[in-house]
Amino acid sequence: MKRRSITLIVLIAALALVGAACSSDDVGGDDFKVAVIAPSASNDLAFTQSMVDAANKLVEDGVIGEVAVTDGTFVVEDAAVAIRDYAAEGYNLVIAHGSQYGGSLQEIAPDFPEVSFAWGTAADTFGLPNVFSYEAASDQGGRVMGIMAAALSQSDNVGIVGPIEVGDAKLYVDGFEAGVLIQKPGATVNINYIDSFSDVALASEAAQSLISAGADVLSGTAQMTVGAVGVAKTEGVAWFGTQSNQTSLAPEIVVASQVYHWEHMLEEMIGKIGDGTLGGELYKITFANEGLVIEFNDDYPLPDDVKQLGEDAIKVFEDEG
Amino acid sequence: MSEVFTTAVMVAVLASAIRLAVPLLLAALGETFGQRSGVLNLGVDGIMLLGAFTGYYAVLKTDNVWLGLLAGAIVGLILGLASAVIAVTLKAEQGISGIGVFLFGLGMSDLLFQKLVGTPIPISQFPQLDIPLLSDIPYIGEIFFQHSLVIYLAFLSIPVATFVINRTTFGMKIRAVGEYPDAADTLGVSVAGVRYATEIIGGTLAGIAGAVLAITLGIFQQNLTNGAGFIAIALVYFGAWRPTGIMLGALLFGFVNALVLELKTQEIIPRDLSNIASMAPAIITILALVLVARRFRAPSALTKPFTRGK
Repeated sequence: MKRRSITLIVLIAALALVGAACSSDDVGGDDFKVAVIAPSASNDLAFTQSMVDAANKLVEDGVIGEVAVTDGTFVVEDAAVAIRDYAAEGYNLVIAHGSQYGGSLQEIAPDFPEVSFAWGTAADTFGLPNVFSYEAASDQGGRVMGIMAAALSQSDNVGIVGPIEVGDAKLYVDGFEAGVLIQKPGATVNINYIDSFSDVALASEAAQSLISAGADVLSGTAQMTVGAVGVAKTEGVAWFGTQSNQTSLAPEIVVASQVYHWEHMLEEMIGKIGDGTLGGELYKITFANEGLVIEFNDDYPLPDDVKQLGEDAIKVFEDEG
Repeated sequence: MSEVFTTAVMVAVLASAIRLAVPLLLAALGETFGQRSGVLNLGVDGIMLLGAFTGYYAVLKTDNVWLGLLAGAIVGLILGLASAVIAVTLKAEQGISGIGVFLFGLGMSDLLFQKLVGTPIPISQFPQLDIPLLSDIPYIGEIFFQHSLVIYLAFLSIPVATFVINRTTFGMKIRAVGEYPDAADTLGVSVAGVRYATEIIGGTLAGIAGAVLAITLGIFQQNLTNGAGFIAIALVYFGAWRPTGIMLGALLFGFVNALVLELKTQEIIPRDLSNIASMAPAIITILALVLVARRFRAPSALTKPFTRGK
């Protein structure tokens, strides 16, 4: 009887161990390797940094064992080489962090059916079983920021510096404009797309142009906006950031930043890979799933009622789910 | 539409045009010296990038914008010297070697930034220097006399460069070496020496141009120049190898850029045509180049290495 009990306990323990090993809660692990290929610098305080920070967080938390980053791949052909190399080297998840990489991924992914790829921001997996796609509901944060910007503006005139009118940037700009007009239907919203993700000098002059047109609150998206933040600082104009926390650029004038926390999405994705699903699904980070977070700059004297407006707007999105 | 052409708006556009023109002007002026002596340096953008990073880093560490400018100039001088060794002494194909210098500057400036700085940190910018009395003149004052000292110095360098090229012995040697190097050599002019000097001047001005860009913006980022060095080379052709022509070209380029930005801000240019409008500065430059190319010719010995007796 005693021997039978011991055998049963050992069997149950063994089954539990196997079950735990197969559970999606035990994602990744030390052997799980992630590669990130991104267009701008890892520390751009914008799009690329948001993903690199998320991947590094997973390493810190022990969710994955290793992350490799190839940044600065504005040239799509360079990115394609890196994507293929990482897949050939046996990385478990290769993240092509840029909508411009879609064409390359469509060609490369079928050659590596056992490797999982993620592509964003986009909402298309090309029907491939080993490609995930992801996007940010940046319009949600844009709307929250727009509401606060309109409430802060004394001149009822706000400006936005955008890169190229596509994808994530367009979503944010459209959301921001909508937010301003919700708060102050008669306000002026001037939008200046400079048609470049990298021209810091032009972004700076675009900000100057918006201020000359009467804007007393500015926002902008993508990595070239560091130039625009500098102008806002010089002119004493409030700034709302997005993608990463931009407070360090100008603590005097940065009111808040919409920060992308891709780590929750990545963790879920890695869990799926552990379960044998290598792709074919779409992800979207939102306020409800904690992928989007508004980080306020505590040093900025934001009136309580304006902050409350922002928090109320966030709650609406969280409740919508 | 009428709002676009209000005086206040046009003043803002012209002031913006001047700011956008200055880095191009300095880099193009430097390249003019080299090309007038027969050396094409396609590496201007790389030198600008390293000048920009060095200037930025020096200001970050010392909080002194003038030390930043000096640091950019020194790095430019060293890279100008290196370019001269490659093009003049080693007689490398100038187009290819210039691309090499560009790629070196692009990669090295980013590497140094990643290793020494990391995340973009704002630095002090050049202080605005309002010229007494002149800056108070309505409209004119705001356009021309409410800038930083480097902007005034950049425009002052135009008559200085014109004088040096056209009125000095050194300038005469530059022109002689660029047009008839064999004849110049026969008369005892050191072709290599003159070309070394012009490449060093060109490199120094490109380094200063980069530092001016970074310190004016108060930030550094990967590929900060965004191809400004290549536009500067185009402006040398646009300006027909003459400092005044180059200044006009840089101002035109800056003006079109600033005007397009303003038209976008005012929504005179519809958003769906925004990207087409952004090509306007490049298109205008190309058209101007076509016109200029018909009227002026490049220095005869441009891109041709000199070997005595050949």
